[in-house]
Amino acid sequence: MTPRTLYDKLWDAHVVHQEANGTALLYIDRHLVHEVTSPQAFEGLKLSGRKPWQAKTVLATPDHNVPTKARDAGIVDPVSRTQVETLDANCAEFGLNEFRMDDHRQGIVHVIGPEQGFTLPGVTLVCGDSHTSTHGAFAALAFGIGTSEVEHVLATQCLWQKKAKAMLVKVDGELPMGVTAKDVALAVIGRIGTAGGTGYAIEFGGSAIRALSMEGRMTLCNMAIEAGARAGMVAADDKTIAYVEGRPQAPKGEAWDQAVAYWRTLHSDAGAQFDAVVELDAAAIKPQVTWGTSPEMVVPVTDRVPDPAEAPNAVKKGDWERALAYMGLQANTPISEIPVDKVFIGSCTNSRIEDLWAAAEVVSVLARNGRKVASNVKLAMVVPGSGLVKAQAEAEGLDKLFTAAGFEWREPGCSMCLAMNADRLEPGERCASTSNRNFEGRQGQGGRTHLVSPAMAAAAAMFGHFVDIREVLQ
Amino acid sequence: MKPFVHLDGLVAPMDRANVDTDAIIPKQFLKSIRRSGFGPNAFDEWRYLDRGEPGVDCTNRPLNPDFVLNQARYQGASVLLARENFGCGSSREHAPWALEDYGFRVIIAPSFADIFFNNCFKNGILPIVLGADVVDRLFTATAAAEGYTLAVDLPAQTVTTPAGEVIPFEVDAERKHRLLNGLDDIALTLQLTDQIKAYEARRKADAPWLFV
Repeated sequence: MTPRTLYDKLWDAHVVHQEANGTALLYIDRHLVHEVTSPQAFEGLKLSGRKPWQAKTVLATPDHNVPTKARDAGIVDPVSRTQVETLDANCAEFGLNEFRMDDHRQGIVHVIGPEQGFTLPGVTLVCGDSHTSTHGAFAALAFGIGTSEVEHVLATQCLWQKKAKAMLVKVDGELPMGVTAKDVALAVIGRIGTAGGTGYAIEFGGSAIRALSMEGRMTLCNMAIEAGARAGMVAADDKTIAYVEGRPQAPKGEAWDQAVAYWRTLHSDAGAQFDAVVELDAAAIKPQVTWGTSPEMVVPVTDRVPDPAEAPNAVKKGDWERALAYMGLQANTPISEIPVDKVFIGSCTNSRIEDLWAAAEVVSVLARNGRKVASNVKLAMVVPGSGLVKAQAEAEGLDKLFTAAGFEWREPGCSMCLAMNADRLEPGERCASTSNRNFEGRQGQGGRTHLVSPAMAAAAAMFGHFVDIREVLQ
Repeated sequence: MKPFVHLDGLVAPMDRANVDTDAIIPKQFLKSIRRSGFGPNAFDEWRYLDRGEPGVDCTNRPLNPDFVLNQARYQGASVLLARENFGCGSSREHAPWALEDYGFRVIIAPSFADIFFNNCFKNGILPIVLGADVVDRLFTATAAAEGYTLAVDLPAQTVTTPAGEVIPFEVDAERKHRLLNGLDDIALTLQLTDQIKAYEARRKADAPWLFV
């Protein structure tokens, strides 16, 4: 048999119907739903008198609009409140499982799916959210869709798809101390660009990827979309299976054994052909900081802000000039001299327990010398990805460590990753953020975002500017 | 969905790469539970000088004179000329809803982000990929001649310039068929109900743990 990639295997297992032109009707096993991209889909179902095909394949939760403090008071913004109430009403009407805002399991869709064992190896999983690529960490085919497709999946359990090309991003070697999955993701995007993965499904492989925890793999696959790839994935191994075992919605007993036997096959075969291969040396990756308004505008923390005069072409030169003007930065400024006004640790990229551990370690090391959040930092906030992550962190005393150092400890949600709730940057404010997008206005109109790892964000909070985390941890 | 067949429309240029969907429709407008009315807030942060909020009438808001779509010569444009990786970022379908509501039915660029590209076809917008050199020429021509138009013919898969130059483009046959006829995807898929059920039966035998 021809050797197949992991992507080939996932694709082949889900083809319901194949058209001659290459378009296929793919079966969708799991569907995550949140309040922002679903109301129009439910409205469409109602108007056409349709029902969800398999209501049990859906898990819904509000995450984008929810407040991260004083949650008992409800949602103050009436427009946000209506959107969350609309999700509640739709889920009740159509019989869908929803973790409401007051449920202790509520959280960011891409955190709660894996946490609940809703996300399983080998599945197709979609959500009306581009960061659905996160779930590919479980050797699943997971990608973001628009609202029309949300309605289509609800009504038919299927999607029309054209198969993408396959790209292997191979990272071999050992990551240096203090260098994380986030830095790998940003280094990959820096290498191939934000459109480098367009039209591809990316498989991340190599010894450095195998060495990553499931949390790290989720961070990496989460950012595949920032490289233009709708789907990112990692082969299943012992870590994958150990993570899933015992989760509330994971298979049990005989079904578990049968599932594991199948999951063990979820890797690219030796000799499988990829349309493109990108190789990185893990040992050469440094902590990364974005300087501009696109995730590809990224450099190691030891570098300087680039000079548009050195841009490779005229379009890029214009983009760099606009980015520097928006970011309020001068060319050639050392990254470590850039001060920050706010720090955000959270988002579907970096709000899992391991992310909070990494930030807490930095805070703990620096707090021993009596250091607290720097006086020029107006707000440093930690927003856990789910109620369960929050509970675990609190059981381990992380909340007290953070608050003692001057951080705010919040309720779970998307928060200042996209500022649909009250958490946002004011015009001109500069933020060290563990989120995924540094687009203009993303964290608030006129706000300036620098994407970093949780450890780098924590260190920036404590020093008031970017520092090389490797020096802090030494 | 509105069918798309032909269009002879005024061209507006957006000369920057990586225009993301956060820029096309900022997040505060995503709180709407409706599908329509996003046009006045398309490119809100670039287009207006004040801060945009949902539910606010935009007719008296201060316009940013430096924003290209605010120029008198581009009023009424229905063809948007763009650069690489247009529509990157968030999957929000509110982006094509906003562009369509604004009046755009065709977007021409050297490349598009996948999810946005797909979302366009669901909303009666035709995204056309042309070579970077061709797009460059169209930018030059648009800047040079006020009132520059392009004629787009989906059945023939051509873009024709005022000088008569005919530029062919590729489009997936199935997407073309659906766009030409304004077809409802779901109704077409449900014609395959027996196949979906047969797949489920096979899958239940092979992977029963998926059906709890």
